[in-house]
Amino acid sequence: MPTKTLAGTPVDTDDEGYLVNHSQWNKDVAAALAAEDGITLTDRHWKVIDFIDADFKERGVVPGMRRMNKVGNIPTKDLYALFPDGPIKKAARISGYPKPVSCV
Amino acid sequence: MKNLLILGAGTAGTMMASHLRRKLPKGDWTITLVDRAPDHYYQPGYLFMPFGIYSEDDVRRPMSRTIPRGTVYREADVDRIDAEANRVHLQDGDEIPYDILIIATGVHPAPGQVEGMVDGDWRKNVHEFYTFEGAQALTERMKSWQGGKLVVHICEMPIKCPVAPLEFCFLADAWLQKQGLRDKTEITYVTPMSGAFTKPVASGILSKLLDEKRISAVADFAIARVDAERKAIVSWDEKEVSYDLLVTVPPNMGAEMIDRSGLGDELNCVPTDKHTLQSKAHANIFVIGDATDCPTSKAGSVAHFEAEVLTENILHFVAGEPLRSRFDGHANCFIESGHGKAFLLDFNYDQEPVTGTFPLPAVGPMKLLAESRLNHLGKMAFKWVYWNVLLPGLPIPFVGHKMSLRGKKIPPKELKAAA
Repeated sequence: MPTKTLAGTPVDTDDEGYLVNHSQWNKDVAAALAAEDGITLTDRHWKVIDFIDADFKERGVVPGMRRMNKVGNIPTKDLYALFPDGPIKKAARISGYPKPVSCV
Repeated sequence: MKNLLILGAGTAGTMMASHLRRKLPKGDWTITLVDRAPDHYYQPGYLFMPFGIYSEDDVRRPMSRTIPRGTVYREADVDRIDAEANRVHLQDGDEIPYDILIIATGVHPAPGQVEGMVDGDWRKNVHEFYTFEGAQALTERMKSWQGGKLVVHICEMPIKCPVAPLEFCFLADAWLQKQGLRDKTEITYVTPMSGAFTKPVASGILSKLLDEKRISAVADFAIARVDAERKAIVSWDEKEVSYDLLVTVPPNMGAEMIDRSGLGDELNCVPTDKHTLQSKAHANIFVIGDATDCPTSKAGSVAHFEAEVLTENILHFVAGEPLRSRFDGHANCFIESGHGKAFLLDFNYDQEPVTGTFPLPAVGPMKLLAESRLNHLGKMAFKWVYWNVLLPGLPIPFVGHKMSLRGKKIPPKELKAAA
């Protein structure tokens, strides 16, 4: 399991760079993870991250697109603008959660 | 008298009525089924209609032949469930009280969820095969096919029978060869997933098969809109795939009635305990089949295995006992691969599909995750099994609701993880 240092914090990740242990996550780590994807976090990004965080704590899974739209009030178009190329996967990684799987 | 009410007389609802009518004393319990359709459809058969393998009569029977004896059938639209009052309101103004409610209202294609999908080209050059009407319309369209770009497409997951779009590709490839149109037809498979299927081992084998059959695949494609004028589907990141004939699987949504009742999630599926099948919000409401939010395939085989578990748990509930029977996510799917052959997948919440034999080790006789003629015969025989064994709630020999690891070749890495 790879270990690396982000924003001065040592973190454990899986092979695709998703944090294995959410307790190692904080706002600075999020900014560093975003920077790896060439993203600078703004308030609009944080609205998405905060929703994923709250929803994961409630349900134990990363919310899908429809849940982001309907429950989080975040349109798909915005998600693609904020996190280009696979917004759910990218936003989940920056939020310190596992890679979302379409399980069925 | 107590009332057990089942909403939805499809695969899951009918099986539950069959099972429970045998188990619950007739003197104590009335079993009522409500559905809006006058006919019962064998949904796995829709796939075969466009290729002339099944006719309309193969897939449709009047409800009068499928509703189990000793149960009451109401053909009606449900307005809403009042879970606090234990009553269901019908759209004609009637109310049905219940002691136990089973929700089996499934999911349906919702093409209106995608911008531009139902405009202009719908049922002309844009088709689906997940409804009887859709399969009929596509059958007609295929008759006039002269070649061009055939695009087979999934809008978003989850969908029922997630392997059906792949089967459509394989069957189209074989059918076009027979018509002498294969060389004039470009087949493209477009999916929002990163590979051909949701589970890694199966995905690898199935993408190889796509290659062999000269079907090109476009992965990670999240559709934003259908541009009917330019005959193209466009993704959120502005990728485009153009079509002459688009065979799409629209987003799958649960019944609107679930939403009106305040019982659903963002897809109008009901949050359900994935092991006991009790709804999370109400102890006397149970959910089965596609209507649940359980993380397994939306498929008839899943409903069949769930029905065995749910029957036991409803008997436990009636007796005031803990719900001891547990569903493991077991799914069992045939994949038609064309030319009279098929694959077979067997998996559950924890075990992805792997190679091996089924249902018995070494003997099989069916092969898992490999192409064989017998698998195809199994799929064809299944129509008879469906009408005569499954719906009446009779057991299928050797195949239990708990997935068996016997005969499965599990890669060493996974065995370690499972241990």
